[in-house]
Amino acid sequence: MNAHPMNLDNWSPVILTLVTFIPLAGALLLLLMPRRDRDIRVISLVVSLLAFVLSLHLPVHFHRAQAGFQYELDKAWIPTPNIHYHLGVDGVSMWLVVLTTFLTPLCVLISWKSIHERVKEFFILLLVMETALIGVFVSLDLFVFYFFWEATLIPMALLIGMYGHGRKVYAAIKFFMYTMIASVFMLAAILWLYAKVGTFDFVTIQNAIRAGQVANFGAAAQWLFLGFFVAFAVKVPLFPFHTWLPDAHVEAPTAGSVLLAGVLLKMGTYGLLRFNLGLFPDQARANAWWVMILALIGIIYGALVALVQPNMKKLIAYSSISHLGFVVLGIFSFTQAGLDGATFVMLAHGVSTGALFMLAGILYERRHTYEISEFGGLAGSMPVYATFFLFIVLASVGLPLLNGFIGEFLVLSGAFQDRAVYGILGATGVIWSAGYLLWMYQRVFYGKITHPVNETLPDLDIRERVALWPAAAAALVMGVAPLFWLNAIDPAVHAALAPFEQLASKVVGQ
Amino acid sequence: MNPAGMAQVVPHGVEYIRILPEIVLSLFGMAIMLIDPLVDERTSQRLLGYIALTGSIAAIAATLYQSQYPGVGFWGMIQVDSFSIFFHILVVTIAAVAILTSYEYMAVQQMRAGEYYGLILLGAVGMCLMSSAVELVLIFIALEISSISTYVLAGFRRRAAISSEASLKYFLLGSFATAFFLYGVAMMFGATGSTSIIIIGQVLRSGLIPVLAYVGIALMFVGLGFKVAAAPFHVWTPDVYEGAPAPVVGFMSTAPKAAAFAVLLRVMFEANAPGRVWLIWVAAALSMTLGNVGALVQSNVKRLLAYSSIAHAGYLLVAFAALPNQGIPAAMFYTASYAAMNVGAFAVVSHFAGAGERYVTLDDYAGLGRRSPILAATLTIFLLSLIGIPMTSGFFAKFYVFSAALQANLIGLTLIGVLNSAIGAYYYLRIIVMMYMREARDEAPAVPISASLGAALTISVAATLYLGILPGRVLEYAARSAADLLR
Repeated sequence: MNAHPMNLDNWSPVILTLVTFIPLAGALLLLLMPRRDRDIRVISLVVSLLAFVLSLHLPVHFHRAQAGFQYELDKAWIPTPNIHYHLGVDGVSMWLVVLTTFLTPLCVLISWKSIHERVKEFFILLLVMETALIGVFVSLDLFVFYFFWEATLIPMALLIGMYGHGRKVYAAIKFFMYTMIASVFMLAAILWLYAKVGTFDFVTIQNAIRAGQVANFGAAAQWLFLGFFVAFAVKVPLFPFHTWLPDAHVEAPTAGSVLLAGVLLKMGTYGLLRFNLGLFPDQARANAWWVMILALIGIIYGALVALVQPNMKKLIAYSSISHLGFVVLGIFSFTQAGLDGATFVMLAHGVSTGALFMLAGILYERRHTYEISEFGGLAGSMPVYATFFLFIVLASVGLPLLNGFIGEFLVLSGAFQDRAVYGILGATGVIWSAGYLLWMYQRVFYGKITHPVNETLPDLDIRERVALWPAAAAALVMGVAPLFWLNAIDPAVHAALAPFEQLASKVVGQ
Repeated sequence: MNPAGMAQVVPHGVEYIRILPEIVLSLFGMAIMLIDPLVDERTSQRLLGYIALTGSIAAIAATLYQSQYPGVGFWGMIQVDSFSIFFHILVVTIAAVAILTSYEYMAVQQMRAGEYYGLILLGAVGMCLMSSAVELVLIFIALEISSISTYVLAGFRRRAAISSEASLKYFLLGSFATAFFLYGVAMMFGATGSTSIIIIGQVLRSGLIPVLAYVGIALMFVGLGFKVAAAPFHVWTPDVYEGAPAPVVGFMSTAPKAAAFAVLLRVMFEANAPGRVWLIWVAAALSMTLGNVGALVQSNVKRLLAYSSIAHAGYLLVAFAALPNQGIPAAMFYTASYAAMNVGAFAVVSHFAGAGERYVTLDDYAGLGRRSPILAATLTIFLLSLIGIPMTSGFFAKFYVFSAALQANLIGLTLIGVLNSAIGAYYYLRIIVMMYMREARDEAPAVPISASLGAALTISVAATLYLGILPGRVLEYAARSAADLLR
C-alpha cells in the first residue's frame, strides 16, 4: 500500500468519517448478534482495534508544518438551518482522536472479565461512546459539535448507572444533570451566533467575528464567552464545578473511568482552546485573570484533597482535577509554551490516568474494594503489578523522560511568562502530586501485609498485561520523543494564538 | 361570508374534494357505528379496528389526492393549502397509530370496541376541519366535533371511577373554554365586521386596531390555550390524562393539540393578531416552568407525561412569539415531532399498563430493561427525544423553536426555555433509570408485543429518528406552508 501514496491520499476526505463511525457500525453489529458473551467481546476488540489502526492514518499523513484544518470534509446536511457535515482536524484535535481510539481497545480488554452481566449492552454503549467522543473532536460545524457533545452524555450516564457500584444511580444522574444544564448555555450561545451569522461553520463564524461583521457582537460577546465557558468548565471540571467528578469516578466501572478521565474531561479543555480562545480572544484575555485563579485553586485544592483520600479511586479522581487545572492554566497563559504544554498534558494525562484507573480496577476485581487501608505489602505478592503501578505513578508525577514531565514543564514555563506568581503556585501542584501518589504507592505496596487475603492475590494475567503494556509504552515514548507530538501541535497552537500575537513569545519547548 | 360566494348557491364538484378526507373519515366512522350491533361482540373488536384503520389510510390517500386541488371552497370557509395538508396527514396518522395501539389494549381491558373506533375517526374529522377552516364559526364547530369525541373517549374505562371523573372534568372545563373561544369570535366580529380569518387579517393590517380586537384575541387564546394544555389553562391535564385510557391519552395529547395549534397559527399569524408576542411570552414561560416543575415530583407515569405535555406546549408556544417566517415552520415541525414521540411513549405505557391499568407508577417500571429489552429501548428513544437529545426529533424541534426565538431577539424567553429543557431532563431520566438501573419486581408480567402494537411502535420510532436525522424535508415543507399562509 505504501508504494502508492497517492491512493492513500485519496482516503483523506473520508478517513475522519471512517474513524468516527466504525465504532458505531460495530455497535450496530453487536446489536444484531446473539448474546454469546465471548463473541461480543472479541468483536468489540476487533472493531476498536480497527478504529485505532485507521486513526493512525491521521498522524502518518498529517502535514505537520501546516496550520489550519486537514482531512477536511464539508457536505451540506440540512439546508435550513444551514447545517454542514463539516469534519477536520488540526494538530490538537488529531492527537485527541488518536488518544480516544488508543484507549478504547484497552477499555475493552480491561472489561473482559469484570463485566459479566448484560455484556452485550455494555460493549454497545462503549462503542457508541467512542463514536461520540471522536465526533466531538473532529466536527467543525458548531451544530455537529453540539450534537456529538450531547451524544456523549447518554452512554456514559448509562455505563455509570448500569455497571457501576455503590451509589451508581446517584452518580449517573448527577453527572448527567450537571453537564446537561451547563451545556444548554452553550446551545443558547451557538444559536445566537447562528442567528447573527447564518451558519454553524466554525471557520466562517471565526472569520466573521474577526472581521467585525457580526451585529451586536460587542454587547453579547461576554455572555457568549460565558455560555461556552460554563459548559466546558463543568466538563473539565474546573473548581468550583467539579463536584460531580469524584462521584462519577468512584461509582463508574473501570472502562467508564478510563474514558471519563482519559478523554471526556479533555472535551472541556479542548472546547476552551478551540472555542473560547478561537472565537472570543478579547473576552478570553479579559477574563483570564479569574480563570487562572480558578485553575490554580483547582490544582492546589485537588491535590490537597487527593492527599487525604482513603479511597484509591477517589484519590485518582481528585488528582485529575489537579492535572486538568494545569491544562486550563496553560491555555489561559496565551503563550506558545503554555498551550503546547496544555495540549501535551491532555494527552499525557489521558494515557497515565487511564492506566491508573485500569490498575485500580484490576485491584478491585481481586478484592472488591478501593480502600487504601485494605492493602499494604502488595509488592511482595504482585511484583509485576507493582512494577507497572510504579512506572505509571512516576509518569504521572512528572518524572523526566516520562510523559508527565514535558507537558507540565511547558505549562509552568508559559505561566511564568505570563505572571511569575502563577508559575510558582502552579509548581507547588507538581510537588503535591508527587506527595499524594507516592504516599499512596507506599501504603499500598510496601510495608507488611496487614490483611492475610492480600498474600495470595494473583499477579497480572496475560490479558491484563496486554492491556497495560501499550499504556506504559506510550508513557515512555511520549516522554522520550515529545517532539513527535509537539511538532504537529505547534502550528495549530500558533494559529490559535494569532490574535494574541503581542503576547505570544518565543517557543520554549523546541 | 364573502360576497363572491353568496352568488353561488351550490358548491362546485371540486369543492367537495377539498373536504374529501373529512367525508371519508365520517363515512368510515358511521359505518363502524352501523356495523357494530350486527357482529358478534367477541369478533367485533378486531373487525371494527380493521375498518377504522382502513378508514384512516383511505383518509391519508384522500388528503394526498386533495393536495392537487388547493384553493378555497364552501363560500370561503375552507381553504386547502400545504398548511392544511400538513396537519391533515399528521392528525390522521396519529389516529392510525392510536388505532393500532388500541387493538391490544381493548382486548386486555375487555372493552367494547364499537363507539371507540368510531369516535376516534369522528374526532379526527373535527381536527382535520380545524386545520383547513378559515372561518371562525366553522372553526368553532370543528373544535366542538373534536372535543365532544375526546370527552367521551376520556371516559371509556367505564368501570374505573377515575376515568369517569376525567371525562366529566374534561367536559365541564372544556365547555367553558370553548365558550370563551366563541365569545372571542363574537368580539372579533364586533371589531372587524367579519368572521373570516382572511378578511380579519386584511382589516387588522389596514390601520387602526380596535381595542375589541385585543379582547377578542385574548378570549380566543383562552379557549385554544385550554385545548393545547398551556398554562395557566392547564390544570385539567394531569387528572384527565391519568384517568383516560392510555391509547386515548396518546391520541388526545397530540392530535387535538396539533389541530388547536393549527388554528392558533392561523389566528395569530394569518389574521395578524395584535398583542401576540406578550400574550404568548407569558403563557409560554408559565407553561414550560409549571409543566417541568410539576413533573419533577410525579410518581405516576401518566401524570408525569401529562405535566411533560404542558411543558412541551410551552416550548411550542415560544415559536408563536417569533417572527412568522421562522416561527410557523418551527411550530409545525414541533407538533409533528412531538406527536411522533408522545404517541410512541403512550403506546408503550398502554401496553405495559396491563388489565385495569394496574402498572402505571414509576416503581412498576423497575427492571423493565431486563424483562423486555425491546420495549424498554423503544421507550428510551422516545424519552430521549422528549429530553431533546441529538439524533431524535425532539432535539431539532426545540432547536428550531429556540433559534426562531433568538432571531426575533427573544433572549429572555430562549434562556427560560433552554434552562427548562435541562431541568426537564431529570424526570425523563428517572424513568430510564428505573428501567435500567433498578432491580425488577416480579409482579408485573412481561407480555409479548402484538403485531399491531409492533407496527405502531415501528412507525413512531421511525418518525422520531427520521425527524431527528433528516429533518430537512419536513422543515422545508413547513417553510413552504408558512409562505402560503402569509401570502
